Amino acid sequence: MSARSDAPAKGQGSAVATAAPPRLKVEQATFAYAATDRSEPKFSLGPATFEAREHELVSILGPNASGKSTLLGLLAGLNKPLSGRVEVDGTEVTALDLRTRAQRIALVAQESELLFPLRVWEYVLQGRYPYGRRLRFESQEDCLLAGNALAQVGADALRDRWMDRLSGGEKQRVILARALAQQPSLLLLDEPTQHLDIGGKVELLRRLRRLTDESRYTVLVVTHELNLAAEFSDRIVLLNKGKCLRVGTPAEVYERDLLEEVFDAPLEVEVRSSGRPRVILRGNH
Amino acid sequence: MRPLTPRRVFWICLALLVALFGAVVISLRMGAYPISASEIVTTLFKGALGRWNEIPSEFRVVVFGLRLPRIVLGILVGASLSTAGAGFQALLRNPLADPYVLGVSGGAAVGALLSLIVAPHTPGAIQAAAFAGAALTIAAVYFLGRRGGQIDSATLLLAGIAAAIFFSAIIEFLMTSLNGRDLRGIAFWLMGDLETTTPTNPLRWFEALYFVFAVAAGAIYATSSDLNLILTGEREARHLGVDVKRVKLVVYLAASVLTGLAVSVSGAIGFVGLLVPHVMRMMFGTDHRLLIPTSAIGGALLVVLADTLARTIVAPTELPVGAVTAMIGAPVFIYLMRSKVR
Repeated sequence: MSARSDAPAKGQGSAVATAAPPRLKVEQATFAYAATDRSEPKFSLGPATFEAREHELVSILGPNASGKSTLLGLLAGLNKPLSGRVEVDGTEVTALDLRTRAQRIALVAQESELLFPLRVWEYVLQGRYPYGRRLRFESQEDCLLAGNALAQVGADALRDRWMDRLSGGEKQRVILARALAQQPSLLLLDEPTQHLDIGGKVELLRRLRRLTDESRYTVLVVTHELNLAAEFSDRIVLLNKGKCLRVGTPAEVYERDLLEEVFDAPLEVEVRSSGRPRVILRGNH
Repeated sequence: MRPLTPRRVFWICLALLVALFGAVVISLRMGAYPISASEIVTTLFKGALGRWNEIPSEFRVVVFGLRLPRIVLGILVGASLSTAGAGFQALLRNPLADPYVLGVSGGAAVGALLSLIVAPHTPGAIQAAAFAGAALTIAAVYFLGRRGGQIDSATLLLAGIAAAIFFSAIIEFLMTSLNGRDLRGIAFWLMGDLETTTPTNPLRWFEALYFVFAVAAGAIYATSSDLNLILTGEREARHLGVDVKRVKLVVYLAASVLTGLAVSVSGAIGFVGLLVPHVMRMMFGTDHRLLIPTSAIGGALLVVLADTLARTIVAPTELPVGAVTAMIGAPVFIYLMRSKVR
């Protein structure tokens, strides 16, 4: 397979396609930010179209200010698309009430500061909120599920630690555990690798890959890590300047001219024996 | 993993209520007329059972006529301020938020003072005006404390401090329109004072005040599991299914009512709303389902003890209770901030 193939949006990653509605369906969704209702939009996201199914890991790539987080906001239902649709399991995302949405979609946002000390298990139990009634005290089942979520991310030993005493990688795993405790079908992560060292990044993506393969999750990751995305993703959504440029398998999207233009850097794309592409920096000759 | 259970909330609150009862007995004992602790307890129980004719008449006057109303008011004020403080801290995601620091008490005091000048004898006018002052102030401070659509901690506190200074200037100005006889009373009230100026039917009056307290504090308590999540970030709370806008509106209104209530009956007592939730958090953790009731009881405890001190350390004269809470509160708070207590 050539890395320079000009295949259109549909990729081989969807070979497992079934008749059921896709887990996530994005159809010509657009969005625009404006300072006021009447002023010109400061930033707009052009029509984006793609799908994601069960057991798929999709990476959203693009330079800064390309609209990655905006797109994620649309998928999470935080913003209503200006036009087009975003559907999860056949239902429009913004039509779901807040709690139902939180039972289906978990979003791991970029790290936020904790103001008051909190234990790891307390934090993970918060993931059970969408299932509780107001004031409802957590049940044994909630504890069990929170414990399972911690085990799934290999953070069992951390449960009695304080959140503010964790290392970056540990914290990331705990935040992921809280999202898993929500028992979502769609897991969205906004730059989860940002504060991790290379070992942490690989470990996190490997874990996400395993979760995607073994459980029912569909995982979407916003990331800057081109090579890790190529290694672990079924599909890539490439954004630039608010436009959805290309959707497809890593091999279909990683095209030298395209990447060089988008990231504004001298790049080279190699195809490894596994069929997955690898991006390297071209030397200055 | 040991999640919070209703049983745990119940036992901790019960223990604190016992401590509060102890403080009430101590406070009832202190004063010019000597009564022993056991006499106070029997008097209280007889009073509670309605067996008034078994109580010696001088006890009836001293305990139920003089000392108890003040304590009942102190409990109300302490519980209101601490609950409001815990609410503001979660709402503004700022551990230093407190009705006094944010200038909300000042705003309520200006409202109360205006109503004293404009409509001095209308029942309930002070409370309504104090609530309006509190609500307007927190709205103003909230909007001034925003930067780029987000609440900025430092800007928020500065806005609160500016508001507090502005209101104290307004108060000075308003006080020039009062005559000398009222002036000392008002000055005392502004420092925080539990001297009861209760109307003709005190029981009815207390019932009304406690009813308002119960509604407002209950509203905050009902949002406590939402507040737990808002503390980890508003966006994240929304992701987890919290209706952040609604919760914020409820807490904002209820905390303003509580501040207005406390200030209208006792002036601006500082540090209670800041200190008590912090101490409770250190003792029992950050879960609002436990933090809010323990703060309410702890606040009552603190104000009752502080008022007992205010009445007795310089007897026969009195200190404003606000001076005592500030004297205890400031050093303790600085100690807490400096020490590495979690």
